[in-house]
Amino acid sequence: MDAAADSRSKEMRLRWKCRRGLLELDLVLETYLQRTRYDGELVELLDLPDNEIWDFVSGRRDDYEQRFAGIVARLRAT
Amino acid sequence: MSLALPVRKYDAIVVGAGGSGMRASLELARAGLKTAVLTKVFPTRSHTVAAQGGIAAPLANSTEDNWHWHMYDTVKGSDYLGDQDAIEYMCRRANEVVVELEHMGMPFDRLENGKIYQRPFGGHTQDYGSAKMAMRACAAADRTGHAMLHTLYQQNLRANTQFLVEWMALDLIRDPQDGAVVGVTALEMETGEVSILQAKAVLFATGGAGRIYAASTNAFINTGDGLGIAARAGVPLQDMEFWQFHPTGVYGAGVLITEGVRGEGGYLINKDGERFMERYAPNAKDLASRDVVSRAMTTEIKEGRGCGPEADHVLLKLDHLGPEVINQRLPGIREIAIKFANADPVREPVPVVPTVHYQMGGIPTNYLGRVVVHEGSNHESIVPGFYAAGECACVSVHGANRLGTNSLLDLLVFGKASGEQVVKDLQTSPKPHRNLPKDAGEQTRARLARLEAAGSGERVADVFAELRRTMQAHCGVFRFPDDLAKGVERMKAVAERAARVYIQDKARTFNTARVEALELDNLVETAMSTIVSAEARKESRGAQARADFPERDDKNWMKHTLWYKEGNRLAYKPVQLKPFTVEAFEPKARTY
Ligand SMILES: Cc1cc2nc3c(=O)[nH]c(=O)nc-3n(C[C@H](O)[C@H](O)[C@H](O)COP(=O)(O)OP(=O)(O)OC[C@H]3O[C@@H](n4cnc5c(N)ncnc54)[C@H](O)[C@@H]3O)c2cc1C
Repeated sequence: MDAAADSRSKEMRLRWKCRRGLLELDLVLETYLQRTRYDGELVELLDLPDNEIWDFVSGRRDDYEQRFAGIVARLRAT
Repeated sequence: MSLALPVRKYDAIVVGAGGSGMRASLELARAGLKTAVLTKVFPTRSHTVAAQGGIAAPLANSTEDNWHWHMYDTVKGSDYLGDQDAIEYMCRRANEVVVELEHMGMPFDRLENGKIYQRPFGGHTQDYGSAKMAMRACAAADRTGHAMLHTLYQQNLRANTQFLVEWMALDLIRDPQDGAVVGVTALEMETGEVSILQAKAVLFATGGAGRIYAASTNAFINTGDGLGIAARAGVPLQDMEFWQFHPTGVYGAGVLITEGVRGEGGYLINKDGERFMERYAPNAKDLASRDVVSRAMTTEIKEGRGCGPEADHVLLKLDHLGPEVINQRLPGIREIAIKFANADPVREPVPVVPTVHYQMGGIPTNYLGRVVVHEGSNHESIVPGFYAAGECACVSVHGANRLGTNSLLDLLVFGKASGEQVVKDLQTSPKPHRNLPKDAGEQTRARLARLEAAGSGERVADVFAELRRTMQAHCGVFRFPDDLAKGVERMKAVAERAARVYIQDKARTFNTARVEALELDNLVETAMSTIVSAEARKESRGAQARADFPERDDKNWMKHTLWYKEGNRLAYKPVQLKPFTVEAFEPKARTY
């Protein structure tokens, strides 16, 4: 696969991974993706359960792993 | 595309891995059937994850309770449109399925004596509608749906269920001889490949379709795929005019603000700062039932007392409760209001509107999960090989209005029942797979080929936005005759535009634009069935509130609507008023 196709496919995959079970996350992620095409940290964060991600993004909990500090801050600012 | 589609063979296919789909697949996998479960998203990300309130079951752990009382509440809640045989069946099996879930490891909240803790919930009473509430809702903190999905997923892994994740079902395949369902076509998103999944039984558990409204509490995945697929294959959709609105969705976002806020003393105000619910429900005020509050809010807005520059919402005031109550007793509410309404409820009121929440209608089934259609004088003619459960199905236990916590129960009871029925049907008279019809997959190929070829046309996002606006404006909480008639015409125009959509991205692999275009077809069928059914029903019952026919009309309208895509036409069938073992509950005025 050429580089352009590869990065398109990664972006699309992320886009679909942002379809969640909680509307709260759909909305935050939709806004975030309007400005950011790809974010590797987000890909990993999205493996967590919906409620946990929402707790971090909404500021209800701060006990996320250090590797998520950047993406959680970016989503909180969204 | 002239190449034949690849074929995979299974005993049974379940489409959907939410609560209902995974409860059904568990029966199939445990019985040793070769089963595949298709899902657009990872199973535990299905919309069931959003459910907070709980699951109804008359366990009587905290208050006296029994299935007769639960049945009465459900029949009354349905505004007498629910089928009483199915309702009896659900309420009688409630304790069994909830205890079973407990044994599977569901982390229910508990009483000190170790039994499942149960809390009260609107519409659930003791002693056939007395003023005493029944404590009937079983919950796992405010994460009931999440816990349920994880429990069922683990059990399915143990039973060796095969999940096809990020696979989207597209169309049904039916045997032209007798209409039997023999498989589905499906798109594997990763590769972009379309296959035929051939099976002796196909069970739909695709969830709700709340995205057809501009204001919706539902997640983006709830596009009514099962409904669209069934309708395109000639199966009618039942009672689609009945949608439950939740009074307090955040204006502009839809995110649900729980009833608990009003339970703690929050209340609604109009642009004059008036606590208007005092006028509509002098006793219950802001705690009146969902439909009553939603109608009052809509009346305020219609009569020009809405808030904001467009005067199109009202405000939920809770700052008087103080930061302690808000932070401690209403966890998560402040975060939601700040994030989505840009309002800190500690200081200012939160803009809210009645927001679509739950679909009572769906694919018609009997209480065993078998899809039934109307043929001549037989209202319950079985479609061989086709089953449905959960929010996409209309059994109908919720009738014209669902009680809170009865949906998760519906998923468990009818997920299990439909799974049991598939096992019985396949194992009592084992037969080989039927041959696929010659044109199997043709419908799907034609849809994809059109999308492939179109170089210009309508944008998916534009048509979708117009669809949601149309439904919101013409088929909302209150339904006005002119609005409905105009809305039907506007929806026809939307459907025509949807037939001309094009996508720019033609890539094969992981093409989300293609997926969204395919979803749009399903949204169109769902929306059309809703507005056409609503326009035709000349009465007010449960969630259908017509300005021109404000009363329930049992003489002419105690019947189920069936909408057919072909010809955009309607038929009706009687409500099943006879339970199995008890006396029927005769219709009474529904007052609380
Ligand atoms: C915010 C909120 C709170 C709620 N709280 C409660 C509550 O407390 N108690 C209660 O009883 N009810 C509650 N409800 C209602 C209840 O949660 C839902 O009715 C129920 O979860 C629906 O479950 P389901 O199994 O039918 O579908 P879902 O859980 O929506 O699952 C649908 C599945 O189908 C799959 N799917 C869809 N289309 C396709 C396709 N084309 N191909 C492949 N797979 C597909 C999806 O990927 C998903 O796996 C609530 C609803 C909302 C919105």
